[in-house]
Amino acid sequence: MTLDNSTVGSDVQARLQASLPDVAQTWSTFQGQERVVVPASQILQFLKVCRDVAGFDQLTDLTCVDLLEMQGAVDRFELVYCLLSVDAGTRLIVKTYLNEPNLTVPTATQVWFGADWLEREVYDMFGIVFEGHPNFKRLLLPDEFVSFPLRKDYPQQGRGERHNFPIITRSKS
Amino acid sequence: MPLELLDSPGLLENQKEGLWTLNFGPQHPATHTTLRLVLQLDGETVIDAEPDIGFLHSGFEKLGESLDFNQYVTIVDRMNYISPLANEIAWHHSVEALMGIELTPRCKYIRTIFAELMRIHDHLLCTGTCVLDLGGATAFMYAFNEREYIYEICERASGQRFHTSYTRVGGLLYDVTDDWIAMVRKFCRNFPKAYADFAGLVMKNRIFIERTRGVGVLTKEDAIAGGATGPVARASGVTRDLRIDEPYLAYNDFDFDICCAKAGDCYSRFQVRMMEMEQSLKIIEQAIENLPSGPIYNEAHGKTGIPDKTEVYRSIEGLIHHFENIMPNRQMNVPVESFYAATESPNGELGYYIVSDGNFRAYRARTRPPSLLHFALFPKMIRNCMLSDVVAVLGSINIIAAELDR
Repeated sequence: MTLDNSTVGSDVQARLQASLPDVAQTWSTFQGQERVVVPASQILQFLKVCRDVAGFDQLTDLTCVDLLEMQGAVDRFELVYCLLSVDAGTRLIVKTYLNEPNLTVPTATQVWFGADWLEREVYDMFGIVFEGHPNFKRLLLPDEFVSFPLRKDYPQQGRGERHNFPIITRSKS
Repeated sequence: MPLELLDSPGLLENQKEGLWTLNFGPQHPATHTTLRLVLQLDGETVIDAEPDIGFLHSGFEKLGESLDFNQYVTIVDRMNYISPLANEIAWHHSVEALMGIELTPRCKYIRTIFAELMRIHDHLLCTGTCVLDLGGATAFMYAFNEREYIYEICERASGQRFHTSYTRVGGLLYDVTDDWIAMVRKFCRNFPKAYADFAGLVMKNRIFIERTRGVGVLTKEDAIAGGATGPVARASGVTRDLRIDEPYLAYNDFDFDICCAKAGDCYSRFQVRMMEMEQSLKIIEQAIENLPSGPIYNEAHGKTGIPDKTEVYRSIEGLIHHFENIMPNRQMNVPVESFYAATESPNGELGYYIVSDGNFRAYRARTRPPSLLHFALFPKMIRNCMLSDVVAVLGSINIIAAELDR
């Protein structure tokens, strides 16, 4: 497969900056991987343009990082969208920062419906709320669970949840 | 999720009349591991399906934050345990990409051979059990016979059949021996016959074709927007394969094809997997005959590699080298950065997003499991199929619950 040169490298940056001049974008590169940081309030607008203008038609991954113990970090949560343009083979990492108490971002399910479970997993593990998600609830952990285990202030051994699960017997179920 | 059965959210009250709900799993032979489906049925037609996962959630990503880059390999090979080495290769590929470590040609070739052996290994299980679920027990035995031999190849190289923990940052646990090369050659000689037996039993089997053709269709648009990768996406007409589009290891040196199909049904997913096994064998044959000599750790990166055990026990330099690598306050220099790198695992794109704070372990080790995104597409595939098609579709997308839940 030949790469489409029009979307490779910093052309993506030029294109996105030209189509969204009012969105503050901080671009950086590490080992050839392009990353961009955008404000959380404009993330949905930015992601839509990524798909429609820059051709990123797949959301490869969506994850979150808790920066609580990271030295020099000013924000608490970093939301990471890994985008891929299937035909051109270009990748782009879009990041946004969130702080307590406002851990809410709009859902990306209307841009790529594959974001459905990824967003539910991020909520499950970090407690980030995706507004407008069609079926928003925990994905992996039980509904009764109250903590968000991948946050850095959650202990690795847990908080005794396993011992407090309700016991359901065959006659009661 | 609560234990009571759920109502389908999309249906109106008057549409629900005459529908019934079926709980499928979490323990059912066709789920292979533990996952649950709540099916809304109209007679025998599936109107909607709601997957319920998390039964095998074990907090692997949390563990990745407390184990160092070499130790975590023992956890990643328990994710997709159908092809453990493919996970290890993917994990260390990401770690090496983050640190900027270049592998030696020999190490690259050995890892490539293992990655392709794992592809055959995984596809044999997937295709074998897919046939078994649909009632064909004979073909399954032919597939498992070959898998057994691949286990032996893994054991010869690493000492472990199953959870090999064979890769290390910048290298491998042990170098391979001549015995091992002979075993791989023997596999290359014997596999085509076993493959032909297996394919002959299934590929033109009328019952199998009628159970799978046109069932569980995934369109190309849905595959792309839904995040499908690997054989599932290629069976729907997406011509993307990371081995060619983002070459890693030694894949640039070999001649092989991307296998694709257009229909997007269970039978094309099955066909793509069968064709990929042939291509994998072709890669292994090329790699084993051209296996370069030389070290498995790159000298240019100094002492990143773990030294050989005889050196550790018999010389003071070896012991110091080992100590410098193992003690938590020494270890290697890692940039304070984040990086996403992915490999083409048998099931699809297996990526790791690693955030490092310069410490000897990852600050965050995110796995991008292909199974998770494939299973999210399951309700789309199964809608308007029959109840008995559920096992056919589940078998064709190869859901591994340990990787799904991590």
